[in-house]
Amino acid sequence: MSSLNTASHDADPLIACHACDALLREAPLASGGRARCPRCNAVLTAGPAFSIDGVIACAFATIALLGAALFLPFLSLSAAGLEKDATLMDAARAAGRSFGPLAIAVAAVIAAAPLSRAIALLYVLIPLRLGRTAAPGARTAFRYTINARPWSMVEIFIIGVIVSLVKVAGLASVGLGAAFWIFVCLAGIAFFEDAALCRRSIWRMLG
Amino acid sequence: MSMDAASPPPKVRTARSVGLKGCRSCGRAMPVAATRCTRCGVRMPAGARLGLDAVWAWLIAGIILYIPANLYPMLLTGRFGQTNGSTIIGGVFELIGYGSYAIAAIIFFASVVIPIGKFWVIAHLAVMVRRRANNPNRDPHNALLLYEIVEFIGRWSMIDVFVVAVLAALIQMGYLSTVTAGPAAAFFAVSVAATMLAARAFDPRLIWDGAETGQNRDSQGMQRGTS
Repeated sequence: MSSLNTASHDADPLIACHACDALLREAPLASGGRARCPRCNAVLTAGPAFSIDGVIACAFATIALLGAALFLPFLSLSAAGLEKDATLMDAARAAGRSFGPLAIAVAAVIAAAPLSRAIALLYVLIPLRLGRTAAPGARTAFRYTINARPWSMVEIFIIGVIVSLVKVAGLASVGLGAAFWIFVCLAGIAFFEDAALCRRSIWRMLG
Repeated sequence: MSMDAASPPPKVRTARSVGLKGCRSCGRAMPVAATRCTRCGVRMPAGARLGLDAVWAWLIAGIILYIPANLYPMLLTGRFGQTNGSTIIGGVFELIGYGSYAIAAIIFFASVVIPIGKFWVIAHLAVMVRRRANNPNRDPHNALLLYEIVEFIGRWSMIDVFVVAVLAALIQMGYLSTVTAGPAAAFFAVSVAATMLAARAFDPRLIWDGAETGQNRDSQGMQRGTS
């Protein structure tokens, strides 16, 4: 049962291209190539980079690194003789005092969204990897990981941090802490995870 | 350029032409009457295509919110007892003044070019699919590419919101006592989110329905020579 080739379907399921509605037979997973729609050329499967192990590794790394990044110094600030390390938690608490909704929105897109996505991915993929039947609610959880992806904005946050450091260059001297570099790693991990995650293959395995 | 004649686009049946519809979540072909996908369990909207109502609703909300996002200040700077607000564009000119041309270009692109480009492209696509009958020869590949670019790039507009959030946090920690966040940050963030939802609400299959008609015409023998 764990082999991808011996799926319990009697025939390859019919799918419709998400972009142009072309009716297609879903190719067997073992082919591994990057499949494109013959009509509109939209990418249908992730291709040779598809790797459940890769996605699981990325999800574990995201949880561990994000957990650490919240409590390690993000910026070191010095202005008017004061010098202090600030973690993201400090920043969120400070911003939350007078910019509540903004702080909550930022916390949601840089921490809650990537963290919850990683947990949901593990919940869906680990049983599949072990050749067990899908966990209860796995389909809902996997849909969540897809829908939450655009709202996980770690890579955009990094650019925002760099721009704000340039803006305050004259007013305070700000150094980058370990947590900033962890965020850079998280953006890289998200990039690899996107490449390794083939939605169509996972849906096929979920049945 | 001349390869088109050698490799005509393959004739592919659409799901709709045989009474099916593809699940937007997992791709599985389901009967048009289905209300829930049997594979991924997502609720499926009635009919073979999504309408444009949600696209226009999110798009108009995004455009309306983008106006106060530009009129109100993103950042308020206090100096000598006076409060000066800097709008999105004002912030760009400030950065040019500091000589930070690259950063000014990033902010201008993320906060002005991308949002306005998105408004234009989504409106253009929504109008185009309604008028598709008048343009049977329009290449749907280009329209699809345009749609994919808009869907991919939209989130990057949030850069300026993060800038305000980081500065706001620095202020509260007592390092930049002269700067506070302005109301435009909220308008801008919600405007960007609304256009992200507008792009997601758009059904790219509508782009190809026009091509379907053109294909049928060709298959009925209306072959025309290349002009």
